[in-house]
Amino acid sequence: MTTAVDTATEVRPFHLDVPQEKLDDLRRRIAATRLPSRELVTDRSQGVQLVTIQELARYWTSDYDWRKLEAKLNALPQFITEIDGVDIHFIYVRSPHEDALPLIMTHGWPGSVVELLETIEPLTNPTAHGGDAEDAFHLVLPSLPGYAFSGEPAELGWGPGRVAQAWAELMHRLGYTRYVAQGGDVGAAVTDAMGRQAPEGLAAVHMSLLVTALGGAPLPTDSDEERAAAEALGTFRASGSGYFIEQATRPQTIGYSLLDSPIGLAAWMLDHDTDSYYKISRAFVDGEPAGNLTRDHILDNITTYWLTGTGASSARSYWERSQAQARAAGQALPEVPIPVGFTTFPDEIFRAPRSWVEKSYPNVVYFNEAEKGGHFAAWEEPEVFSAEMRAAFKRVCS
Amino acid sequence: MTSTVETATEIRPFQVNVPDEDLDDLRRRIAAVRWPSEELVRDRSQGVQFETMQALARYWTSDYDWRKLEAKLNALPQFTTEIDGVDIHFIHVRSTHEDALPLIMTHGWPGSVIELLDSVGPLTDPTAHGGSAEDAFHLVLPSLPGYGLSAEPGELGWDLGRTARAWAELMRRLGYDRYVAQGGDVGAGVTDAMGRQAPDGLVAIHTNLLVPALGGPMPTDTEDEKAAAAQLATFRQSGNGYFVEMATRPQTIGYGLLDSPIALAAWMIDHDTDAYYKIASAFEQDKPSGNLTRDHVLDNITLYWLTGTGASAARSYWEAYGPDAPASGAQPLPAPTIPFGFTTFPGEIWRTPRSWVEQSYPNVVYFNAVDRGGHFAAWEEPELFSAELRAAFKSLRNEGSAS
Repeated sequence: MTTAVDTATEVRPFHLDVPQEKLDDLRRRIAATRLPSRELVTDRSQGVQLVTIQELARYWTSDYDWRKLEAKLNALPQFITEIDGVDIHFIYVRSPHEDALPLIMTHGWPGSVVELLETIEPLTNPTAHGGDAEDAFHLVLPSLPGYAFSGEPAELGWGPGRVAQAWAELMHRLGYTRYVAQGGDVGAAVTDAMGRQAPEGLAAVHMSLLVTALGGAPLPTDSDEERAAAEALGTFRASGSGYFIEQATRPQTIGYSLLDSPIGLAAWMLDHDTDSYYKISRAFVDGEPAGNLTRDHILDNITTYWLTGTGASSARSYWERSQAQARAAGQALPEVPIPVGFTTFPDEIFRAPRSWVEKSYPNVVYFNEAEKGGHFAAWEEPEVFSAEMRAAFKRVCS
Repeated sequence: MTSTVETATEIRPFQVNVPDEDLDDLRRRIAAVRWPSEELVRDRSQGVQFETMQALARYWTSDYDWRKLEAKLNALPQFTTEIDGVDIHFIHVRSTHEDALPLIMTHGWPGSVIELLDSVGPLTDPTAHGGSAEDAFHLVLPSLPGYGLSAEPGELGWDLGRTARAWAELMRRLGYDRYVAQGGDVGAGVTDAMGRQAPDGLVAIHTNLLVPALGGPMPTDTEDEKAAAAQLATFRQSGNGYFVEMATRPQTIGYGLLDSPIALAAWMIDHDTDAYYKIASAFEQDKPSGNLTRDHVLDNITLYWLTGTGASAARSYWEAYGPDAPASGAQPLPAPTIPFGFTTFPGEIWRTPRSWVEQSYPNVVYFNAVDRGGHFAAWEEPELFSAELRAAFKSLRNEGSAS
């Protein structure tokens, strides 16, 4: 039925070992950066601020240690398997609790599996993190095609729908006949698509970004909450979506900068939503990270993009999504027939109200507004995020 | 009355002289480029194509000679003068014909005075270029604030209107009390603003980009109008990523533009579809369109690189079009009542119909649709462009000699 079934179904162990010369080259390039003059404003309204980038560059060359991340990744079971012509990298941590619920969790842009690493322990080993054995998950964390350690698609068509099919194949290949899926950002688009495809075995999905609203679905603005969310979305579209439009229309053009200049790459990746920008900026400028969004973790992610040279290929995923949306314009998407859970993190681009979630999905079995966390919820607040996963999937899969 | 009157009104001669080490550093950076993988399409729909960039990089390091441009610029009378706190660079070529009409002409983005250099001869010395003495202009070519050889604004507020006021001050400072103005792209925005401000001495303007069409809906009754509206819609749907990014986050893209010559070149080449393919063809097949040769295109990119003005030029979009800029939301001044001329070049982002021009400006004295040239009309077709300016401003001449 699906193109995701391939002959080369072997699952191979993966180990990371970046040659020292690549790290030396990176350091040389950062040291040789030609910086622009300072912005003319005292906030982020002209983009990533010079003092933030200067602090980031200083920390990157003087304190940051890539080898720590490498060791951390290599301490986890990592694999590669070819699906639909693309080598897919994934971290795969089985819980010591045999009955654990299999969960495939998808990162977003400008993220990678790095943003999910701190949730592995709470999710797979809940008894050590304030949960019960019944809260345990077997965790599968794939790298999106074109991102980080996965291969780059060599042909067109890798929109969220095709990734969703590949993920179903991955879970099938791992032998799971009943599992759940979760995602934020681009990962939410993939998870939404999985829900609509409803492959055999997928029992429920959870998302932390309401992709229907981003896609322009008509949503009510009757209550104060709804109006506030619509206004936040309006601000994003008016002044915060430059990166989005560029990647959706000209990924190759911005790709030259992302591949050739580490500082060009870092600035592009920091310039996401307002909340996370200021949190990250404070981590570098004032040494005051929000939760787990520390300087080292931020640079783990940026350095992963740099060393794998995936700035252009990850940007292409926006182009693909935009093409897929254009093709589907005017057609009603299939509903998500399976149970849906949703968590609104208060500092996300827009604070999705329950009413919008229920209007987007017919079978919402879990909704909660968490007390803290933003766009990178799993990264910033791994414990809160993991508690949400337990609660959401307890409801749907007991 | 205006903030553009400064105490420091001195006009100083200017020469370009880039240190060898800057050129060596540029060459080193190009040679050390880290390339992305190739795009997955066969056209420009994912952005500037890999093969184009490779051909450009090869030519840039092996054949291109910046010193030729430097000599060409330094053979022209160049000056700087401080206006409203910013050092403005300009080329000022007086015609040998004393009665020539003074003309201030403004470049756009991703341009600079480079795109106007080959119109200097035809405009100031028409008798040597198929025109007559009465066609002559005294030519003033300023570099926009934050672009090329002008300085960067050190404070907020340099929107199109403020630049327009600075240009009026520049012409006043040069002693011109009766002059005309012209521009395309951002230069059209400045020229349009000058027309609305109608400073003393400005008697007519000409543009080759219809600024009001970017601001609001235009009629779509005729075939021409429908076609133009469809082109504008395509631009807004898939061709304005650079525009939105610079209007909202100029600093962010600025880091790449300052640090990577290849990033800068790609960003600058990714303008309108017509110019993109013409430039790609110049590099890939050595088949330039008109005057859009490899050397000329690299003259302009190298100028941005050596002056380090990628971020400051991008900021001009933030000021002019950004939702967070001081000027955002302000109503434009009423349409200019002084005579207005317009030329439609066929390769432009949209092919402006006469009806749109007449709806936008009450006093259209000249309209023509020519048969070749695109967004960079002056650069690509300097002779044709110069002929258009002669024709557009012809009716202003007689009054001029009487005053």
